[in-house]
Amino acid sequence: MNLLYILGIPLLTALLLLVMRSPDWIRRTALYGALLQLGMVVWLFIAYQQQRTMGYAMAAFFEQNYAWFSVWNIHFHIGVDGMSIAMMLLTAFVVLAGVLVSWNVQRMVKEYYFLLLLLSFGAYGFFMSQDLLLLFFFLEIAVIPKYLLIAVWGSGNKNYSANKLALMLMGGSALIFVGILGIFYATPADQRSFDILQLANQQLGPGSQKIIYPLLFGGFGVFSALFPFHTWVPDGHSSAPTAGSMFLAGISMKLGGYGCLKVATLLLPEGAKVYADLVIALSAIAILYGAFATLIQKDLKYMNAYSSISHCGFVLLGIGMLTKTAFNGAVLQMVSHGLMTALFFAVIGMIYERTHTRTIAEMGGLLKVMPFAVTALFIAGLASLGLPGLSGFVAEMTVFVGGWEHQDIYHRAATVIACMSIVVTAVYILRAIGQVAMGPIKENFASLQDVAWYEKMAAVVLIAGMLAMGLAPQWLNELIQPSTQFIMDKLAAK
Amino acid sequence: MLSATNIALIPLLPLLGFVLLSLFGKQLKPFAGVLATVLILVSAVLTGGAAWTYFFANGRVNDVYQTIIPLNIEWLRFNDQLSIQMGLLLDPISVMMLVVVTLISLMVHIYSNSYMHGEKRFATYFAYLQLFTFSMLGLVLATNIFQTYFFWELVGVSSFLLIGYYYDKPSAVAASKKAFIVTRFADLGFLIGILVLSFYGGSLDFQTLIQQLTTPHTPALDAANKASFLGVSALTWGLSLVFIGGAGKSALFPLHIWLPDAMEGPTPVSALIHAATMVVAGVYLVARLFPIYAISAPELLAAIGWVGAISAVIAALIACTQTDIKRVLAYSTMSQIGYMMFALGVSGYGGEAGLGFTASMFHLFTHALFKALLFLGAGAVIHAVHSNEMHDMGGLRKQMPITHISFLIACLAIAGVPPLSGFFSKEEILLAAYQNNTPIYWIALITSGLTAFYMFRLYFRIFWNKPHTGHAHEASAIMWLPLVLLAVGAAFAGLIPFGELVSSDGKALHSELHLSFSIAPVALGVFGILIAAWLYGKQNAKPASIQSSLGGLFQAVYHKLYIDELYLFLTKSVVFALIAKPAAWIDQHIINAAVNGSASITQKISSNIKTWQSGKVQEYGLYFLGGVIGLAVLVLYIW
Amino acid sequence: MIGLEHILFISTALFFLGIYGFLTRRNLITMLMSVELVLNSVNLNFIAFHKYLWPSGMDGVFFTVFVIAIAAAEAAVAIAIIINLYKTHRSILVDTAEELKY
Repeated sequence: MNLLYILGIPLLTALLLLVMRSPDWIRRTALYGALLQLGMVVWLFIAYQQQRTMGYAMAAFFEQNYAWFSVWNIHFHIGVDGMSIAMMLLTAFVVLAGVLVSWNVQRMVKEYYFLLLLLSFGAYGFFMSQDLLLLFFFLEIAVIPKYLLIAVWGSGNKNYSANKLALMLMGGSALIFVGILGIFYATPADQRSFDILQLANQQLGPGSQKIIYPLLFGGFGVFSALFPFHTWVPDGHSSAPTAGSMFLAGISMKLGGYGCLKVATLLLPEGAKVYADLVIALSAIAILYGAFATLIQKDLKYMNAYSSISHCGFVLLGIGMLTKTAFNGAVLQMVSHGLMTALFFAVIGMIYERTHTRTIAEMGGLLKVMPFAVTALFIAGLASLGLPGLSGFVAEMTVFVGGWEHQDIYHRAATVIACMSIVVTAVYILRAIGQVAMGPIKENFASLQDVAWYEKMAAVVLIAGMLAMGLAPQWLNELIQPSTQFIMDKLAAK
Repeated sequence: MLSATNIALIPLLPLLGFVLLSLFGKQLKPFAGVLATVLILVSAVLTGGAAWTYFFANGRVNDVYQTIIPLNIEWLRFNDQLSIQMGLLLDPISVMMLVVVTLISLMVHIYSNSYMHGEKRFATYFAYLQLFTFSMLGLVLATNIFQTYFFWELVGVSSFLLIGYYYDKPSAVAASKKAFIVTRFADLGFLIGILVLSFYGGSLDFQTLIQQLTTPHTPALDAANKASFLGVSALTWGLSLVFIGGAGKSALFPLHIWLPDAMEGPTPVSALIHAATMVVAGVYLVARLFPIYAISAPELLAAIGWVGAISAVIAALIACTQTDIKRVLAYSTMSQIGYMMFALGVSGYGGEAGLGFTASMFHLFTHALFKALLFLGAGAVIHAVHSNEMHDMGGLRKQMPITHISFLIACLAIAGVPPLSGFFSKEEILLAAYQNNTPIYWIALITSGLTAFYMFRLYFRIFWNKPHTGHAHEASAIMWLPLVLLAVGAAFAGLIPFGELVSSDGKALHSELHLSFSIAPVALGVFGILIAAWLYGKQNAKPASIQSSLGGLFQAVYHKLYIDELYLFLTKSVVFALIAKPAAWIDQHIINAAVNGSASITQKISSNIKTWQSGKVQEYGLYFLGGVIGLAVLVLYIW
Repeated sequence: MIGLEHILFISTALFFLGIYGFLTRRNLITMLMSVELVLNSVNLNFIAFHKYLWPSGMDGVFFTVFVIAIAAAEAAVAIAIIINLYKTHRSILVDTAEELKY
């Protein structure tokens, strides 16, 4: 298995689109590209499982390492572990659904798909980077298309949102970059490197960890809606086009969570211990406060964006708990939230395209005319409120159990606060679904058509992912075990 | 008969039905009812076989009923100790519940074929019923407390779907949301309770958990007793939180508010979910963990008994005033569940002390039969007169003889008239209460009189009172067949020697019926029936005058003691106005304003700086000069 | 006897006169002339330092010649710019050409 294939497919598809003329061909090519991506990632997953059953146990599989700029010891070093494969699977699912959902984009089709695929290229690269600067490079690749997607194809107050999103994410990137340089310069001159695995084995002194950890965690935290740096989330998501929101919430918020875990916590375990309580406090606030703020949102997209803040709080809470179970929970929550929220945004897009409104109060009784879309919305909502059998349950329960492993009152209070959000979530989800799907149908919606095949396919892809995780979570749980164990080992050392 | 395949098929067949009907509902629509009924029939037959084998052949070893676990699969491992197992657990109470669930579900399926005939979403209805049956069976068979929670949520969502089945009716939507959210709130307690119990018990598995937390002086039990929060031991916290979950599902006071509203669902659904099976899940949960409650936290168990007793009497009072026949039945259900719960509360563990446990399970069993019968009968009536309100009914005994007789049997059974089934289970409960907790016994006795009164108020107002004027006619054979079958059950189920089969410790419990003890409750019941006959047998002005003489008291009870209004106040004025709105306000006006503020400060600074870039060469020259002079001064004098 | 100080005094005065003219006059030609004054004050300094401080070295003279050459080229370029400016703006007042701002 050569990881360059996975990196190459989205890039080549994107470049191929540039020379095409017919929108129809562009859509098809993008779809085949996305299918190929999914196929390759599944293949990667199988190959990884084979290697593991054969008894291999490295920190990174399928490594490739080329000197990129040897003066500064920068390498093009890629490799994957279970956690990155889980995230890449998520990416592949969301990309496929995103490409399908965008089937009837009319404006600048070529550029649109180009940017979508470029974003997925950045995401894959990010998840397989084993070198900090390479990781940063791919992180930035994943940011810029988002700005364009919102500013060009967005709706509403799109310039404001695009600027806000880009500036806040760039601010986060700046913190990350300073943090990376901090790690580089804090190591003795003869051991300086950007290589993640090497850095993980040669820990920095606690003093420098204490300074650098907030930079890295805060920087990645901005991506993952860390309270109080979450305000780009509602505006960015609501202005973005459908696939843009899906990618934003489904993939790019996960870049943050992954970075918090795989970079900040892995490389700076002592720093993580120092700031754990703060992280827990902030994420517990985000969970409950995001949920309450969701309660009174009037716009479906704003509602889902605020609920994303609440759900991403679980990721950060799991990371802050510093137990293996909670780490597993955080990773599971990333996957779960990615699938669920992508489905949510996809369905909101489908409904908006027909009703031309996103205001919850203006809708009603859509189950009658759009049974498929509304059922998908309902499934997304159920996953969001943690219904067993869908992905959210698995992730949230793992975070709760992980949080409860601590005996002290502080951790338990935070866990209970997080648990409370499941009630609030139920309230806002049912409030929205009750208004949108149920009740008497509004006259002006009585003649709407249900979704088209491509929209159906998009929803089915995501629901399949959610069911695969929700009905039999153990495979995913086992997939990420080695990665979280690796981080736990670093935390336990010393 | 007790092999893993056979037992696993019992829940899996309805699951298959759900999958088929929800994916191919359109194509299968004409056969949806038949398909679903056949699947449940197979499940019921398998259950019957399993129950027979368990109770009379394989289940008993050395006179003790064993816990058999034919299958246990690891579903999700959290850490070294805790993992969610999905499995099948057979012990007397789970086998008994299997029988109840499949039997009532089968009856409801048969009945629905006619009742729901012609509905547009016929297939969807059966898909939901199948989903519910699957979840309920999974809950009953759970080997692991998290498995219980898993299916607990699933029954909640199927209940939501079925209450909201008439989704274009705003009241149905509101009721479905209310049911889900209230039970969800209780489930929060259940979840945290699971976390507490599993932390100390070191396992999520029922058997290990019970063993760890009941054996005296194990490190687990000591730790759970020693750790305390707000002066209450961790064990008590955990158990009471789990009980809150059960109370929410079982509609115990004060979490009962969703149950009367849940009657918005189709009537067969009310029979299945909101009378016979799902609402007793809370009782089942406490029964499942009964050894822990009884051995390690007896004070808490007594408190649970009180909650049950209060629910029983409050619900009975409210039931006397309602005019919607389904709501009367809903409050009656709540009252009877209160009975089951306080029966558990007054029980001890093992031997003669466990009489309450047996009585509770016995009442659960008989109640399922007669309450399902009552609901299905009410459904037939509603089907005939197209209204839920008592004043649209009356005098229906001529038009609907079969419904009338079966309804009468059910009413007599719930009123505790011998020798119908309700008499035996109620006697046992009262006996257990009498032996252990006299105040509860008196409450129970009063409730039993009230029960007879409101049930016969219902009966007389439907079938007697005034002559019928409409065109109501007897239900179709598909609808009355289940009524007759259930009526037979409700009449004779009391003769089952229940104590021999189900007891707290698995050993047979020989309970005797003391005739002298039965005099008081039976007399009270008959007295209640007579009052109801006197007031409602014929249309007259007495009920109205009593109503007005009670004045405010009647109004308060009629308005369900204003508990709904209290909740509405709490959610609207506290949660929405005092928490959610401020949270959103803070987000917009403080956090977002800080972000926008930093942007606008940057913008202001830059717009001030940019005027320096005036485009005038001479100004630049001046700056340049200033800079040169400044540097010169710096270099010459300061450096 | 005229000493170095006197010449420096003259050149300094000349320099600041040039600067003053450059900063205050609006006519580009006058500004150019002021720049010439500045350059010439520098030339004066070079020559004066050559004469009084370092008569053996020729650096000062070379630089003066160099500056004169540059000044000539500069004047040519500047006048070309001014002519172009006049063509577009119909004026050679410096504050009419302020497009290069913000």
